Amino acid sequence: MAFEASLEMTEGGIAKVTLVGELDGSNAADFRTTVEEAASKNCKRLVLMLGGLDYIASAGIRVLVFARQKMGGGVEIFAISPTPQVNETIEMTGMHYSLRVLPEYDAAVVETF
Amino acid sequence: MERIDTYPTHSFEGYKLRFGRPSPFGATVVPGGINFSIFSRNATYCVLVLFEKGAKKPFVEIPFRGMFEKVGTREPVWSDFRIGNVWTITVFDIDYESVEYAFRMDGPGGKAQRGAPAYHRFDPTTFLLDPYAKAIGGRDVWGKQPDWSEPYQHRGRIIYDDFDWESSTRPEIPMEDLVIYEMHVRGFTRDPSSGVRHPGTFSAIREKIPYLKSLGVNCVELMPIYEFDEFENSRLNEETGELLMNYWGYSTIGFFAPKAGFAATGKSGDGTMVADELKSLVKELHDNGIEVMLDVVFNHTAEGNEHGSTISFRGIDNSTYYILTPDGYYYNFSGTGNTLNCNNPIVRSMVLDALRYWAAEYHIDGFRFDLAAILGRDQWGAPMANPPLLEALAYDPILGKCKLIAEAWDAGGLYQVGSFPAYGRWAEWNGKYRDGMRKFLKGEPGTVGDIAQRVQGSPDLYLARGTTASINFITCHDGFTLMDLVSYDGKHNEANGENNNDGGNDNDSWNGGAEGPTDNPEIRALRRRQIKNAVTIMMASQGVPMILMGDEFGHSQSGNNNAYCHDTPLSWLDWAQAETNEDLVRFFSNRIAFRHEHPALRRREHPTNRDIVGSGYADISWHGTRAWNADWSPFSRTLAFLLCGKHAVRRGGSDDYIYVAMNTHWEDHEFELPGLPDSRQWRVSANTAMPSPEDCFDPGAEPLAANQSSFLVGARSVVVLVGR
Repeated sequence: MAFEASLEMTEGGIAKVTLVGELDGSNAADFRTTVEEAASKNCKRLVLMLGGLDYIASAGIRVLVFARQKMGGGVEIFAISPTPQVNETIEMTGMHYSLRVLPEYDAAVVETF
Repeated sequence: MERIDTYPTHSFEGYKLRFGRPSPFGATVVPGGINFSIFSRNATYCVLVLFEKGAKKPFVEIPFRGMFEKVGTREPVWSDFRIGNVWTITVFDIDYESVEYAFRMDGPGGKAQRGAPAYHRFDPTTFLLDPYAKAIGGRDVWGKQPDWSEPYQHRGRIIYDDFDWESSTRPEIPMEDLVIYEMHVRGFTRDPSSGVRHPGTFSAIREKIPYLKSLGVNCVELMPIYEFDEFENSRLNEETGELLMNYWGYSTIGFFAPKAGFAATGKSGDGTMVADELKSLVKELHDNGIEVMLDVVFNHTAEGNEHGSTISFRGIDNSTYYILTPDGYYYNFSGTGNTLNCNNPIVRSMVLDALRYWAAEYHIDGFRFDLAAILGRDQWGAPMANPPLLEALAYDPILGKCKLIAEAWDAGGLYQVGSFPAYGRWAEWNGKYRDGMRKFLKGEPGTVGDIAQRVQGSPDLYLARGTTASINFITCHDGFTLMDLVSYDGKHNEANGENNNDGGNDNDSWNGGAEGPTDNPEIRALRRRQIKNAVTIMMASQGVPMILMGDEFGHSQSGNNNAYCHDTPLSWLDWAQAETNEDLVRFFSNRIAFRHEHPALRRREHPTNRDIVGSGYADISWHGTRAWNADWSPFSRTLAFLLCGKHAVRRGGSDDYIYVAMNTHWEDHEFELPGLPDSRQWRVSANTAMPSPEDCFDPGAEPLAANQSSFLVGARSVVVLVGR
């Protein structure tokens, strides 16, 4: 299944990246490029919309780690509405310590600094 | 700057490649592709075989020698991608995640018949697993029936070796401060009572870290986690219908790969993710001050004897990897069919490479070597005075802070407890501690002299090596659990399907008056007391204590002392017992906390039995029912010792005085207490004769002993007093 990563910047400095499809070694580089683009715009929050992401391989997990490193400590990273399978992967690889998982987009949390 | 040699020079059937790099061995992700490198001294021909993940048939087979095309001109060119005895090639533009790889090799000797001896066992039709494979597919989900028609059962996978350890550091806990908890990754949480989300996995252990912390252990020793095949020699028990499996896993398939079936992420088929899951566990254990030790099996492999199956080593270089008789039979010092040729320089390097890899990439803190005496045998099987492998491990720079622990015997009759070549590094599972303590606990006469050695860290065995050479244990995975040790006179291994003939007969166990479960309240109370006696003495002994998982809540295997084949509740911990036997858990955790509290119990050097600090007391002194007068006679079943707190020199020179009185007689005895200096008074830390919660008291909250000059130690009970 195809993979797409699209970036949307809000005025408040929130970079919202929507991921759709299956994220593995063949397309992790696209996701990485999107993360780099968000980082270059000095976003204050990185919000990953994961509802449409069906699968994440270790290569995708590595981009999440890369995002954590690239953004630095001051930028909180949110993972919004991951599917149970993706959420499980995030937890079992220990990524849930590096990003904050929310069952759904909650403006009160994500947009409050 | 990028390297200037990361471009293809050759092509084969459209796949671009170049002469690879011989080091490191194995499959390594390099810029633009994957580098493959494999050793064989005797192979004359080698082919790299690439599969789509899970596919029965390869999508390409690339020979290491033959006709290729030059990239660009497509000019035919003869090439031999080999240096010395190493075949190496870099293949470009393949996705490491989606392929599996194997080798095929040919060499001298012709095809060996199954069952027949042979010096070489080359078979060019067999797909061979890379000995350096860092992930192995084929058994991705524990217990899932394999497809036996699959010609390549254990499939080499390629992983990305990176992991973000962030600021996580290795605890590097001094050896004398360790309290080891031996566990089976699956059995620890497989039972639904564990309440974890992914029972039986690495990730599940993470959920139990709060439990481990509250218990107070600071090192987990994981029974084998190298890839093994739970279906090896699996069979149905005809009476019960149970599928008996290779549950323990002392039968390695690959020394560099974690067991995928132990990972919740195993089902993803993504070897990197399996590695990440284990690394993530190690990281979180470390962040909680808990070290991770691996039980490693380098004495043999899963390939068996002449009748076994060729998975890897046999088809790559049989005579290098195994100790063979002159006729080409496998020596069987391991009792499992074959013996890895550990002191062959090639195999020695592989063992070193593997351990360095686990230490460096997985942050593993130490290793316990199964049947380690084999590691000291030469290439013909004879024990060596100065075994190069053991020396190399002891002096290895990367393993420089790792704990090295030997199971200092093998199945070929070599018993080296106390004499294992140590090089100032190696510790041993102290089998004599186990045996002596068991005999003493059940009240055998003639044991107090032996026990005096054991509680001092066995200076009779390890005087030159210090207390930390002694791993003190009373139970381990191999044999009875502690509850069974006090509940059964004999083993009950019928469920293993071998007419109760397997498993050891020298258990030194005692059932207390009835075999197995009983409603007799006196026997039940006695058993609990015996369990408490065992842990009380072990936690008060010099040396490094090791607990078997579940002993702290009375886990029973129904008298089975060899549960290697049971992937059932027989082996799985029943976490409901942690609540029903809460008093035992509390007692264990109290005794562990007591040990952590008192440096006098964790000396690095053996006690000298003399006063070397001018306190007026020897560092350890011996007592009995009369103070300063231990009864060393043959029928004595009472012994007490006093540790002088002023001798805890290395830790600042001050600790409480600690008095331990042990009575394994069936009658109560009044012990006269040695006097204390200054205005110190005796306080009660533990008294196993008392019902919970009066059986133990938190460090710092010990009540004063009512009588400061003597103490009534109940029948088959242990009392611990602190003087401060």
